[in-house]
Amino acid sequence: MTQPAKPDLVTVNVDGREVSVPKGTNMIEAARLAGVDVPHYCYHPKLTVVGNCRMCLVEMGLPAVDPATKQPVMDPATGKQKINWVPRPTIACATNATPGLHIRTNTPSVKDCREGVMEFLLINHPLDCPICDQAGECRLQEQSMGYGRGYSRFIEHKNVKPKRTQLGPRVTLDDERCILCSRCIRFCKEVAKDDVLGFVDRGSYSTLTCYPGKELANNYSLNTVDICPVGALTSTDFRFKMRVWFLKQTNSIDTESSVGANTVVWSREGVIYRITPRRNDEVNDTWMTDSGRLLFKEVRQENRLTAVQVDGQASSLDIAIHTAAELLKAGSVAVVGSGRSSVEEQFLTKKIADTLKASTQLVARVGQGDKILLSADRNPNVRGALVTGLINRLPEAQLSQLGAAIDAGKVKTVLAINEDLSAAGLTQAQLGKVAIVYVGTHANATSAAARVVLPTLTVFEKSGTLVNQQFRIQKFHAAIPGLAGAVNDLVVLGKLLAKVGGSSAPTDLTGVWAQLVGEVAVLAGLSFAKISDTGVVLNASDFANLVFPEGETLHYKPAAASAPVPA
Amino acid sequence: MAVIQVDRKPLTFAERTYIPQILSGLKTTWKHLRSTAVTLEYPEQRPNIPPGYRGVPTLVKDPHGREKCVSCQLCEFVCPPKAIRITPGEIPPGSPNRQIEKAPQAFDIDMLRCIYCGFCQEVCPEEAIFLQNQYSMTGYTREEMVNHKDKLLELGGTLPDKHFKWEKKLHAEQEGNAH
Repeated sequence: MTQPAKPDLVTVNVDGREVSVPKGTNMIEAARLAGVDVPHYCYHPKLTVVGNCRMCLVEMGLPAVDPATKQPVMDPATGKQKINWVPRPTIACATNATPGLHIRTNTPSVKDCREGVMEFLLINHPLDCPICDQAGECRLQEQSMGYGRGYSRFIEHKNVKPKRTQLGPRVTLDDERCILCSRCIRFCKEVAKDDVLGFVDRGSYSTLTCYPGKELANNYSLNTVDICPVGALTSTDFRFKMRVWFLKQTNSIDTESSVGANTVVWSREGVIYRITPRRNDEVNDTWMTDSGRLLFKEVRQENRLTAVQVDGQASSLDIAIHTAAELLKAGSVAVVGSGRSSVEEQFLTKKIADTLKASTQLVARVGQGDKILLSADRNPNVRGALVTGLINRLPEAQLSQLGAAIDAGKVKTVLAINEDLSAAGLTQAQLGKVAIVYVGTHANATSAAARVVLPTLTVFEKSGTLVNQQFRIQKFHAAIPGLAGAVNDLVVLGKLLAKVGGSSAPTDLTGVWAQLVGEVAVLAGLSFAKISDTGVVLNASDFANLVFPEGETLHYKPAAASAPVPA
Repeated sequence: MAVIQVDRKPLTFAERTYIPQILSGLKTTWKHLRSTAVTLEYPEQRPNIPPGYRGVPTLVKDPHGREKCVSCQLCEFVCPPKAIRITPGEIPPGSPNRQIEKAPQAFDIDMLRCIYCGFCQEVCPEEAIFLQNQYSMTGYTREEMVNHKDKLLELGGTLPDKHFKWEKKLHAEQEGNAH
């Protein structure tokens, strides 16, 4: 872990309080550092500044300097340098901090400005709050309570605009609610690099729309819904499903690819309603893919495994673990781990493999990277398997070596952790030749052929860590209780390890971490509690010579020597 | 412990006849026989419910017969015993109420949980839920004590009111922009 170079600091004065901020910080962020909230709509820390909502108006002043002599002008009353206040309010988003800058956010004129802007924004805003999905997380609601006038003087008819425009397959636009902040337009242009949105018409006729013949269909379209400060852009999937104040927020990690975007899972009473990105300036800024937001649907998919099975018959966990251990102890075992398991599960898998002296392999999943937040490696945790020592070389998409070993009779039993072996290139005949112990979440050809099936939990139902493409170890937490019948992976693997003869076999996070810090060198000194919400970057020097399949993404550059290899 | 002997006075002749006591008792009886009744012959007779009474919560319709609830779920949120459970839903295209966009798919109030506090009525932004005069809820099973949407609307009936926000919205949509 390296410390970033110390940026140049400048001292600014916010409401009479001195605060040091990095040079180039705008006044909104400077005030935030001083603990003062400057209301805003169009400004977003990760987008360019346009300054069109006018909500962040503040009073600004600079130290007075004599034009002729360039000497500071002192105020005899206070003995300090005189402050020349700009006679009219300034927008805080588009003005950067300079030495000695003074900001006032609590004067009557600033209050008047905010009330005036709020009144203009609200004259045409419909009274949809009871049916609006944004209610409860709406900036307009919050700021009309905090800075608004409190009553309406507008007696004319409000504007009428289209209420249910489909901008794309996943985004619905309610034009009446739009306050024309243009965040969505800038997001599409600057981050998604898919310039499809724009305003047409003028004045109160202004309407957000897609360019003719285009639609908002890119894989980042739902981020526009997140950054919309009002309820204009809504997610077609989440629309009218649940009010946000009922939803419990749980920090999680997107398992779609090795980027490991930080997410928040929103659930109520064991049902997940949506996934939104969580800000991590080193990984995903404030964005995530649309495809990653749909992953929670796998929790209640029809082919979810919910019963422990031995030879196709429902059984109890202890009997199944016993049967599986007998199969594994017979020898000639191959372990197929998973790049989608957590670090803790991979560690226990490695211990099982070591105890059985079995060969280990992972299945690679390589797709097309989009250079933003979807990397080519679709396994979220291949690096975790490297760190824990489950594997010592990069995985391959086809298990041809394992297939050859099965054909040669060298492998009699396969322990498959959440991987479909037939999808990884093994034929049905090869699956028939071996006894399979399947530990996984969903039914597939491998679970159908397995002697023992142990149903486990999805990433939303358990806690653990994943190592992303930057070798950043990040935590995810259980958002909902496990589906009835499914067992925590750590319990299954821990019990299995104990049965096959492992010396100490922990079945919970604390126990696994107690061993991890001792046995895995790069994790020494860490603990599950010590990993912050934004993750910890691990020392990756041991793996510097590996050529990973990923190309560049938002905050990741592959090592210069490594060119992407074809899958 | 000292024992105190109490002298019992002998009864007088009038007391021994018991007639004065019977007559004074009958006087009270006759007085009440002639006065008006203070109890009701429930259930044939029903009490008059005073205004502001908080009976069973119900869903009401507006004078146009439209269900007023838009499933904003504020009552569900405010309900102290968590008696209310709403499943929100979208009003399908083609419905005459399409401009409202949202209506409850299911609306259940568990009357075994309800404490008749009236918070739901107070919080409702659409004036759709009222605690009305109904005070008697009976049932043989727990399921019978859960009022579903149909029952709630039947209990609520139609209230005369002047809350026509969604009508105005419909007219505005039909007439277009007033510029």
